[in-house]
Order: sequence, then structure tokens, then C-alpha cells
Amino acid sequence: MEVVPTQRKSAVPDATPALPLYRFAPQLEVRLEDFELFAIDRLRVLKGISDALSRGKRPDEMENLVLGLWKANMRHQDSSRVVEKDIISHFVLRLVYCRTEDLRKWFLSMETTLFRYRFRLLSASAQRLIMGELDLPYNAVSSGEFENVKDKLNQVARSSVSSGPSSHAGKADTLFFKVPFEEVPELVAGRKVFIQKGFAYVAMHQVVSVVVTQFRSLLSKALVLTNRKWTSIIREQEKDRLTPIVEALSSSYIGPDYSQPEQYSEMSLREIDKVAASSFPLCMRHLFEKLREDHHLKHGGRMQLGLFLKGAGLKLDDALAFWKAEFSRKVGAERFDKEYAYSIRHNYGKEGKRTDYTPYSCQRIILSTPGVGDHHGCPYRYFSDENLRAALGKMGVGSQIMEDVMDKVRNRHYQLACTLTFESIHGSSCDAGINHPNQYFKDSEKILQAKNDSKA
Amino acid sequence: MMTRLEGEAGGDDDMAIDAADDVPEGFNPNYLKLYYGKLFPYPEIFKWMSYGNDGKHPGCDHTYFGRREFSFTLENDIYLRFQSFNSSSELESSIKEKCPFKIDIGPVYTVDPAKRHAYAKSGDNVFSPVERELIFDIDMTDYDDIRYCCSGADVCLDCWPLMTIAIKVIDTSLRDDFGFNHILWAYSGRRGVHCWVCDLRARRLTNEQRGAIADYFRVYKGNENNRKKVSLGQVLHPFLVRSYNEVLETFFEERLLPVQKLLETEERFENVLQMIPDESVASDLRGRWQDHKRSSNVKEDINIVRWQQLKHLLKSGKHKGLRRCIEEIVFSHTYPRIDIEVSKHMNHLLKAPFCVHPKTGRVCVPIDPDHCEEFDPTAVPTLSSLLRELNMGGSVADNENGWEGTSLSKSIRFFRSSFLQPLLKACKEEIEASYNTKLQQSKNSLSW
Repeated sequence: MEVVPTQRKSAVPDATPALPLYRFAPQLEVRLEDFELFAIDRLRVLKGISDALSRGKRPDEMENLVLGLWKANMRHQDSSRVVEKDIISHFVLRLVYCRTEDLRKWFLSMETTLFRYRFRLLSASAQRLIMGELDLPYNAVSSGEFENVKDKLNQVARSSVSSGPSSHAGKADTLFFKVPFEEVPELVAGRKVFIQKGFAYVAMHQVVSVVVTQFRSLLSKALVLTNRKWTSIIREQEKDRLTPIVEALSSSYIGPDYSQPEQYSEMSLREIDKVAASSFPLCMRHLFEKLREDHHLKHGGRMQLGLFLKGAGLKLDDALAFWKAEFSRKVGAERFDKEYAYSIRHNYGKEGKRTDYTPYSCQRIILSTPGVGDHHGCPYRYFSDENLRAALGKMGVGSQIMEDVMDKVRNRHYQLACTLTFESIHGSSCDAGINHPNQYFKDSEKILQAKNDSKA
Repeated sequence: MMTRLEGEAGGDDDMAIDAADDVPEGFNPNYLKLYYGKLFPYPEIFKWMSYGNDGKHPGCDHTYFGRREFSFTLENDIYLRFQSFNSSSELESSIKEKCPFKIDIGPVYTVDPAKRHAYAKSGDNVFSPVERELIFDIDMTDYDDIRYCCSGADVCLDCWPLMTIAIKVIDTSLRDDFGFNHILWAYSGRRGVHCWVCDLRARRLTNEQRGAIADYFRVYKGNENNRKKVSLGQVLHPFLVRSYNEVLETFFEERLLPVQKLLETEERFENVLQMIPDESVASDLRGRWQDHKRSSNVKEDINIVRWQQLKHLLKSGKHKGLRRCIEEIVFSHTYPRIDIEVSKHMNHLLKAPFCVHPKTGRVCVPIDPDHCEEFDPTAVPTLSSLLRELNMGGSVADNENGWEGTSLSKSIRFFRSSFLQPLLKACKEEIEASYNTKLQQSKNSLSW
């Protein structure tokens, strides 16, 4: 794959099936921008899958979710380039995720899941094409042999009737494949296939299992090879061009950045206390309360809360007034103007040029390390059990959910804990999960607004 | 201390054990030393573990035997893992010298286990298992909730049929369903049986595939605390149907039911009634049985009579689900209970056949699956009985095996002819075929 700066791309290889197997890096030219953008779009899909899996979504829910994620993120305005985007994004992410054991494991798991659900949605003939490509050691069962084992196959099919909603029970499959039983351990384990003399008779609809196992195995080996190539050649060779992009991609937050608040969202100073109590996530609520209490916040807290408020729609003048009102009670109005006002204006892009004035994502907040006297960072991570329970109780989290939240915290799923909190307080589910404090705020306001509207 | 006397009656009374029938029962390290000295079949074990690689064919891998892990449990529970040997004589002298109370066999590793510390845990240069027989361990204590004759470590002829059933069900499935051929069953020496599947295909199975086979055999969903819970669907998988029709139903009705008296007393029939989901049916039966109503036909065993009543009631019930209940009761009393963890992991150790069990003195002899219903665990050669036989026998020439003429002879001959010979023949063919393939491949890659 050739990465070139801003030139038009060349031809797409022919005979690419609707669901590529990514076995060979394509002979394509990619624009540098597309290199990153395509990868980010695919990463959104993979992270969506990751979230859904850790929230225990069922297979039928996953199928819809994956389809939705794919449609939403992997389109291209030039429809002939859709497959290209698919392939390129996969290979870029291979570079990103081949570099450590953990990254490889995660990528392998998400890509296999993605493949599994995309494969399930293919037509039978498209599925057969892929099986052919994979040279699977299967043989279609001849009609003579089929007659001999027909009854047993029927028995097996009927014995699986009680399995989940994704089973295709009731459909009398007449197309079967003979595969060495080693190829289909899942089906053997569940007694979902008839086995004879070391061969499993796999129904067409079960073929997914075989194919996915193959896919996983191929990708797993490829990732190890990619890692070798990366470490030995690519990383150094590309250190001024692709390497920085690759290294940034694995830790990137990929949601909206809330740096430009939408035109309709506005936070009024008059309502800020009310809104803080009803719609701020715990991290910001805590900072806000401490600010009201101590009339001061250290730098980390000022940044985290200040940028959040900006993203939530607090105008610059209101922000200045707000911070001044609090700080002058501690340090006096003059000192505020001299020492603190500048940086607030800076956050709003009014002073000099700062590289980063976007409100912090959860990922970033979780990674920060508050010290003595600091109140920023993620409370799910830093609060003691006792303090966290007390804080959540004050927010209105029910005692049953509280246990679930604490369990997530114990397993270091801080964002999931926050999501559960959100769901408990608002009485509605948050399928996408909380990834950004401003997302929490925005969604909260939306729900409360809807409740108000329905009352009116 | 113990010596073999040739035609000598007297001798030094304090030191020697003279009369043959004075050999006390049970187990004792000195007897064990003699067993290892004269009886343990080293050549057979070596040939087995070499899988044909001790031959002269260029395809033979002479490092193979040396990469196999053995472990010894010595007196006082001293445990030596990762023992390995490069030849039959090394194996023999180490066993004779250390006199292990138990010998376990582990997997074949990438490299000699003795050198494992030089290798990393991941990456290219690893120390990890590459081959291991597919193994099963079935233990009678797992059946304690449904046998009333003994419990714990004891085993008798009334409950031993459960092992017979297990062997028949699993052996048939391994051969007919999975296509394996080289299967060794061995008595564990006290209360169970072990199974070694030695086909090349079996030895190369991954942990995932082993787990899949173990799960294929799994029917119980309960945990150790609950009564073993069996729940079968409306339609059974052909494997379960075959097992039921060919083995389980007959054994249950003809052997287990009357021998274990499963329906004779209130305590026992209550256990069975609890498995009937329909309370009205259960109470009906309870009512009849509590009154000890017997028909005039006193000859027939009461357990069988009651069982027929139960079957009749369940079959005629309006609930379709109740019909399956009969099978569930039979399964939960008879279906094999294997230890899944033993089978799932390549690195799990298992006791070697022909060991002597320290608690019973019995030798872990092979069991012929085709005649397993004739196997009697209480009549198996023991350490003391073998030594008695040795004492009474004549001198043994150097080139004969020490076990000739003893009751161990039958087991070892069976091991050789039924298991080892066919296995080694297949291994030889595999080694030759694999070598020829490699030769062909390298020829192909050299051609322009």
C-alpha cells in the first residue's frame, strides 16, 4: 500500500467481495488525509462494538448494532470507493494495533466480532464465495451420503431448537458440509452437529462458526508479522510521516470534541446551580461544589471545569463573571483580573494561540493524576468507596444500581460506572455509553427538556 | 530386605520372608522396590511413549522421548516434576533408584523439560506443550449421590457397573463419532478409570478442541452442591440416543435399579420422585409406595415393579415434557461423569498405567473395553499377590521378562497386542508418510 500526499487514487483491485478477508495488503495509493480519516471512522465502529460487548449485548442486538455502526461510519460519498475504504482502514488499524500484546488482543477480538456479524448478513452465495476463498477443508455432502445420515441430521437440528433466537431451527437445511471436527469446536461442544468418524456435518447456517474461526486465525498470525515489520522497518522509515499518526490513533478519543458548542445550547448564569445539580456528571459536579465551597480551584480543576462549561455553552462574559464572583471572595477582584482572567479568555480562543482548548474527554480526565488539594480527575477512579457512595447517593442513584456501579469501579470500568449513574438518575438508557462530560450534560438536558415538554 | 528364595525353606528367619503365603497384604516401599526391580514393564512404556520415534527411519525424531514430561511422587509426598529421560535405560534406572509411589505422565514439550528455564514464556523461543494424548478421568466419588453400597474411596461390585457404563459410552463415541482408534483404558488402582486416546490427531488437539470434546460429553448442568441436574431437550442428539438405547437404559433397569435398590426405601425413592416436575404424578406414586402396597407377585424385585409403575404413569401423562423425564432419571443415575478439567488442558498430568496404588496395593492394569463388564477391580493383581507369585515361581532367565508367569502377564500381553502393536504400526506409517511428503515438498521448491 502506497501512501501519497494529496494525489488522486488509482484503481481498485477487481473481484473484491462485499466482505473482504484482508489477507493481502492492497496495491492502492492512499492520500495521507484518508490514511487517518478512514482509520478513525473504522475505529468508531470497533469502539462501538467494544462498548456493546462489555455491556453484555445479546447476539440479535449486536447484529443490528454492528450494521448500524457500519452504515453510519463506513460510507463514502463516492460509492465505488466504499470497499477501498474498508480495506485501507483495516490495514491502517493493523499498524496501530499490532504493537503490543494487549492492543493485538483487543483488535483481534473486535475485528472478529465485526466480521462475524457482517458475514451473518451476507447472502448464501456470498458466504459460499468466501468459504471458497478460505480453502476451507470442507466437502459438500453428496446426495448418496446425505440419504444415509439424513435422519441423524434431522435429529440434531431438532435437538437444537431450544437454543437462542439466532438459531435457524425449523428450516430444513439440505446443504451440508463435511468438516473435520477440529474445525468447529464450538459446534461440537454444544452438540449442535452430527459427528461421524471424525467428521462433523455442518449445516449451511452454521458455517459462520467455521469461517469466523479461520478469519480469526489468519488475522492473529498477520498481526504478529505486521508487528515485526513495524518494529524492524516501518516505524523508523516513517517517523516523520505515518508513525506519529499511527501512535496517536491508538489512544485517540473519537467522539465530537465540543469545542464549538452548538448554536442553540446556552448556559445561563442564573440557572447554573440548578443545572449543575441536575445535569452535570459527577466529575464536574464535584469541581463545581468545591468551587462554591472554597471559592478557589487549582489549575487542573480550572481547566477541566472551565473548558467543560465553555463546551456546555457558557459565554465568555458570563464565564468571566462567574469565576470572578467566586475567586474574588478568596483572592480579591484585582488579583483575579491580573492572574486568572487571561487564561479564561485564552480558553475561549481570545488570547494568543494555544494548541488545545477543547473540553477534556473522559479518557483524558481518567488519565490525569490529581494531587493534594486537587479536585479534578475522574471521581470513579479517585474517590474512596465511601466517598463515592455518598456522592452518588446525593445525586440520587438507587441502592441496587449503586452496587452495579461499585462493581464496575472495582473492575476499573469508570466510564461504564458513570453511564450507569446517568441511567439511574435519568431513568433512561444510554446505549452509546458516556465518553465525554459534555455528552453527559447534553444528553441529560435533552432528556429533561423532553420531560418538561411532555408535561406542558 | 526381601529376597526371592529358590526352593529354600529355612534360612535366616529374622531377615527373610520365607513362606510365600506370609506376604502381608497392602503396600510397602520394599515391595514396591521389588516390583520396580522385576515386574514393571519398562520396554512397553518406552515404546509407547516413543510413538515409533525410536526407530531407524530417517523420519524418526530422536528427541521426541526426551521431550516428554514425567513426574514422580516419592515417599512422604515429595513431588518431582519435569523429569525427562533420553532412553529406556535412563527411565528404568531413575525409577528403580527413586522408587516413586506414583508416576505421572505429562505432555511432550517443544524442548526437553529439564532445560525449560532457558526458554521464554512467549514469543518465538518457547517452552510449551506440543503433543499430548487426549485423556479422561472418571472417578467413583463423583457418583456418591447415587450409590448406596459404598461411598468415598470404596468400590465394590455393586457400584462398579457405573464405570463399565462410562467406558462403553465414551469408548463407543470416541471411535464411532470422533474416529479415534488407539484408545487405552486403565484401572486407576482404587475407584476409577483413566482413558488415553493416542492417535496422532488426538495428540495434536489444542486445549480448545479438547474442551469441546469434553463439553460434547457433558450432560450435567448442576454444580457440586446441587443434585446433579440433567436437563435434556425434547429431542436428543443422536449420541445421547445411542448411549441411552445401547447402554444406559438396560444397565439402569437390569443392574443398577435392583442392586442399588433405588426405589426400595422412602429416602431413596424420594430422591427419584424429586426429579419429576409434575407434583401430582409424584404424589400419586408416593402415595402408592408409602403404603407398601405390593401385588401378589412377590417374586419380582420391588424396585423393578415400582420403576414400571413410574414409567407407565409418565408415559401416559398429558404433559409431553414428562416423557423426557424417564430419560432424565436414567441419565442422572448412569451417564458418565468425567472431570472436565483433566481433559481440557494439554499440560494436565495423569498417572501412568502399571503403577501400583499406594492405598490399595493394586496395579493399574489396562481394561479391555470390549469386555469391560467382566472387569473386577477387587480381583486385580496386587503388589503382595504378585510377590507371592514371584516367590513361588522358578528362576527367570535373564532374557525373559520378570513378569512372565505372574498374573501381570495377562495384562501386559493384552497391552501389547491390543494397544501397543496397532499403535506402533500406525505411527510407523505416519512417520514414513510425513517424511515422504517433506521430501516431495523440498524437491518441488528446488525445481526452477
